[in-house]
Amino acid sequence: MAIIEIDHLTKRFDDIVAVDDLTLEIADGEFFGLLGPNGAGKSTTLLMLTTLVRPTSGTARVNGFDLVRQAGQVRRSIGIVFQDPSSDDTLTGYENLKLHGMLYGMPPALREQRIVEVLELVDLTNRKDSIVKHYSGGMRRRLELARGLMHRPKVLFLDEPTLGLDPQSRDHIWAYVERLVREENITVVLTTHYMEEADRLCSRLAIIDHGKIVALDSPANLKLVLGGDVVSLGVGKGEPNLDAVKALGFVDKIERRNGIVQLTVRDARDRLPQILQAIGEVKSIEVRPASLDDVFMHYTGREMRESSAEGGWAERSMHYRSATR
Amino acid sequence: MGRTIDALQIRHEIGGIGAIWYREWKVFLREKSRIVASAVNPILWLLVFGGGLGRSVSIPGTDYQAFIYPGILAQAVLFSSIFFGVYIVWDRKIDFLKEVLVAPISRTSVFIGKVVGGATDSVVQSVILLVLGVVLSRFGMIPGLHPTVTGFGAALLILALTTASLVSVGLILGAWMESPEGFQLVSSFLLFPTFFFSGALFPLDRLPSWLAPLVRLDPLTYSVDALRHVILGTAHFALGLDLAVMVGFTVVVIAVGSVAFQRMKV
Ligand SMILES: Nc1ncnc2c1ncn2[C@@H]1O[C@H](COP(=O)(O)OP(=O)(O)O)[C@@H](O)[C@H]1O
Ligand SMILES: [Mg+2]
Repeated sequence: MAIIEIDHLTKRFDDIVAVDDLTLEIADGEFFGLLGPNGAGKSTTLLMLTTLVRPTSGTARVNGFDLVRQAGQVRRSIGIVFQDPSSDDTLTGYENLKLHGMLYGMPPALREQRIVEVLELVDLTNRKDSIVKHYSGGMRRRLELARGLMHRPKVLFLDEPTLGLDPQSRDHIWAYVERLVREENITVVLTTHYMEEADRLCSRLAIIDHGKIVALDSPANLKLVLGGDVVSLGVGKGEPNLDAVKALGFVDKIERRNGIVQLTVRDARDRLPQILQAIGEVKSIEVRPASLDDVFMHYTGREMRESSAEGGWAERSMHYRSATR
Repeated sequence: MGRTIDALQIRHEIGGIGAIWYREWKVFLREKSRIVASAVNPILWLLVFGGGLGRSVSIPGTDYQAFIYPGILAQAVLFSSIFFGVYIVWDRKIDFLKEVLVAPISRTSVFIGKVVGGATDSVVQSVILLVLGVVLSRFGMIPGLHPTVTGFGAALLILALTTASLVSVGLILGAWMESPEGFQLVSSFLLFPTFFFSGALFPLDRLPSWLAPLVRLDPLTYSVDALRHVILGTAHFALGLDLAVMVGFTVVVIAVGSVAFQRMKV
């Protein structure tokens, strides 16, 4: 059963089309990912699905309710962790959660019980009475994760949950997200531009670029499209015999740039001797399984890393803190 | 069935208003310097400006310092209420505003919650200024001011109504402005004329003919006048007229503010 049905959803800002005729179904209980570079339209999609931004055209149903005509019921069905910090940093962690419970009309007893549960889930119980200003970026993120879950939404949206975090905090967040999916049994829609994140967490993903879906499948199947492994051979200024490599018949894709020849090959480890024989002299060899980055490259002709600039979350939170409220 | 759902929804909306108020109150309590600052400036106006000018200005029937006391109360509420609107700009600058707007309550409730939150701050400030008025007059520092319980109690109600309308104006501005700097700029264009034309510092009898209509157009004029009624026992307009204008203005700005919040971009 589809818990989210997106139907030709489009959002135009002045002259740019941020989300371009998106049609997609997400099943109940899925962990769904929207993977794409900065500016691909991921946040705009989530803001429309959470009723905060009105679609230019098209619509969607969330938990069976129409985004525009039944916005109230949609909001009752969802939780979201926004891309930028959205907790009040003059309040304590506990106060932010209490505020949330009040906004969602939770009875006080249930509210207090859930606060205890979600704080436990994200390991913030002993910091609940500290003012959020004194939290690290990772702690603040965990608090907002706890908050998004507190009212037991049917669908939880996570907009770049690890943006701007150091690798260790990122790893922590992933662990918490995995745990909550196990324990809370909900549908999650996550946006990210980190391949590892999409790969590790999502059961199915849509790769989006310029507001359009370019590929849609499980991470494993997406990588299968490329036919397995990626072999990078350093050839320097030499003259690799690419025709001979092509003649081998099992190499799906050959690319050469900056002194490196990159081949896409099924079962590369077994076939490496043949490849090396065909190509001639090489200076270095690297074999790795195809990544989602390669998949993105395959569909768009660009590298995702190149088109993604870091910054945002951490930067903006610094900015806000330095200003006095 | 329909009726029970409506009752539930109304309970949620009231809970939502309470939630917004809870947050504003916590923030207010945490910023004690703001509370102190909000009382210092008005007292300086009263003692330094009023005391300095009072020696050479005479108002029929009362001392100048006592005469401007109601105006200074209104001024304090004017500035703190309008400036409260800047917080919505800050909320939008981070994503806190989104957290509030994605909750299952109507934007009208968000607006009302903000109005109640901002008005609470100004009412606390008013209580401090009224108590200081009593204390200072006991020590003879505001000649001509004779505080009474009913007079000062009525003054507090008038100030509460005044702040409800002015916080709404500040929030309308905040819903519309994208940067705190823009808010400061536009609000200062609004604040100073509103203050000066309100007659906070001068009596409304015998005004120059160009000034009289501007004074009548200024909504704060009627708050100052009503405050003079209850604190000094004498004023320019009828108290009934003052109150009618105040209530009318409050209804209008709350309606406009509620629409402004519906249209507000996240
Ligand atoms: N409020 C807005 N006004 C104008 N343009 C916007 C607005 N929000 C987003 N955009 C533009 O829409 C495109 C998609 O943005 P966004 O959804 O934030 O992408 P992502 O989250 O994938 O990085 C970008 O080009 C961005 O500049
Ligand atoms: Mg984004």
